Amino acid sequence: MPIYQPEMECASRDYLHAVQSQRLLKAVKIAYENIPFYRNKFDEMGLQPQDIHSIDDIHKLPFTVKTDLRDHYPFGLFAVPQSELVRIHASSGTTGKPTVVGYTAHDIQVWADGAARAIAAAGGTRDDIIHVSYGYGLFTGGLGLHYGAERLGATALPVSSGNTKRQIQLLQDFGSNILCCTPSYAMFIGETVRNMGIDPKTLQVRAGIFGAEPWTEPMRREVERLLDIKAHDIYGLSEIAGPGVAYDCEMQSGMHINEDYFYPEVIDPDTLQPVPDGEYGELVFTCIGKEALPLLRYRTRDICALMRTPCSCGRTTIRMTKPRGRSDDMLIIRGVNVFPSQVEHVLLELGMDPNYQILVNRKNNLDDMEVQVEMGEQMFSDTVKNLEAVEKKMESALQSTLNIHARVRLVEPGSLPRSEGKAKRVIDQRGLV
Amino acid sequence: MSIKQLSIFVENKAGRLAEITSAIAAAGVDIHALSIADTTNFGILRLIVNQPDKAEQALKAAGLTVSLTDVIAIEIEDKPGGFAKAARVMSDASLDIEYMYAFISQDSGRAWVILRVQDNEKALEALRTGGIEIISEDKIYSM
Repeated sequence: MPIYQPEMECASRDYLHAVQSQRLLKAVKIAYENIPFYRNKFDEMGLQPQDIHSIDDIHKLPFTVKTDLRDHYPFGLFAVPQSELVRIHASSGTTGKPTVVGYTAHDIQVWADGAARAIAAAGGTRDDIIHVSYGYGLFTGGLGLHYGAERLGATALPVSSGNTKRQIQLLQDFGSNILCCTPSYAMFIGETVRNMGIDPKTLQVRAGIFGAEPWTEPMRREVERLLDIKAHDIYGLSEIAGPGVAYDCEMQSGMHINEDYFYPEVIDPDTLQPVPDGEYGELVFTCIGKEALPLLRYRTRDICALMRTPCSCGRTTIRMTKPRGRSDDMLIIRGVNVFPSQVEHVLLELGMDPNYQILVNRKNNLDDMEVQVEMGEQMFSDTVKNLEAVEKKMESALQSTLNIHARVRLVEPGSLPRSEGKAKRVIDQRGLV
Repeated sequence: MSIKQLSIFVENKAGRLAEITSAIAAAGVDIHALSIADTTNFGILRLIVNQPDKAEQALKAAGLTVSLTDVIAIEIEDKPGGFAKAARVMSDASLDIEYMYAFISQDSGRAWVILRVQDNEKALEALRTGGIEIISEDKIYSM
């Protein structure tokens, strides 16, 4: 398989160490001089940018968490004036306010490099059509792979998500070579292809790049079988860049992290101390190549392990395992981040008691979210019409806050399970971990 | 002259009706009439009982969502066209019926109909004017 930037992806560890050290110093300087939030943190800790001499000093730096972005909503953590920004993306936050991220032209190049490496690692070349079925918009999925494809010199096909029959028609008519979407949507496309009586061998698509939501090895094998392709994993989060932070190669044994741009650590989420390689903990990234939002030690809340053993593909970059859970209660549903507290917020806004439970399932390989809400006196009515109106009202309020459809189901008061008075808010039956 | 109906939220789960009606029985309350509106996921149980307040208390104590709804009870003849006459009166007065249910009276040859409408006063006046007999609270509770 071709390697897009072997000078970095296959660099010696010493060279990478030097690059990382030099870039960290620059990132720390940018953060300290341009972001009051970091300057205050440094000052409180008695830390000076010149105390950081190399990447080995990274543990001296303060952590950043998602609420820091929310507290400085929308642009308070940007290190550059708006005139320097060329793009803004946003993802859902914990209480209705989105997490906002900005990019300079350089940041877009960094991100595009990361995505281009991922596409190359999946076998993509300039001769390929990259079929992007991630959503385009504030979500980073669509544009992330799109710019990666263009960066690589391949042909980007910005189909966006939805309209599965049209997706399949384009796969057939245009001869798309690499499919990029969420793994659950890939399964759905695969099943639809089969149901339409199309032999996947007649399609030109030979690989897929799937991410933005948790999936398992059995799912990988299934989507590979359904579409007769090789399925690759890609990792990213908008706070750090978007898809292309890490990706797997033909060995499919962990995702190579673009550590020349995104420096990884894995810590114990309780003690905040680093854990040894191979042990699971919370993944933390420091952006060492970005200008607009150079986040330091950003806690992703994803639980994974790092592997420094060499990979047979020739890349020397560190690899991460597929995340196997979260250190917070965030759910990823159809690629969208959902926090139970958002549901609670919506119910309170509607003047309802926040007695609810979220059920997540896979139906026809697509995530399905149901919110069960205990019937309260204030919303009860003796007519079906009024109760259905209550359900509809909650569904549309949830849709506008979560950006995905969730079905609302009214249940009897006291019927949701409680243990020691505390309700279990989420039942995830997708079997992803 | 409306009467009180118990309206109870019921999930579509096995055994719920037995549990709810047992709670009413334990309170010593007699059910005169009953109907259920059902959707895929839930139902609304509607009851006419001899002691609505007592039943409401018992059901609330059992943790159910229950409310008392003002409905109209009328008496019609149990013969062809008996109900059509009342329905015609409502229609002529442009009054919508949200829902209704009927049962045979213990008085021979008569039937009783429970009507849920938007505006009880208007409906009562139209029914009276149309010569439809309205059943009083006392009469229906002591049935």
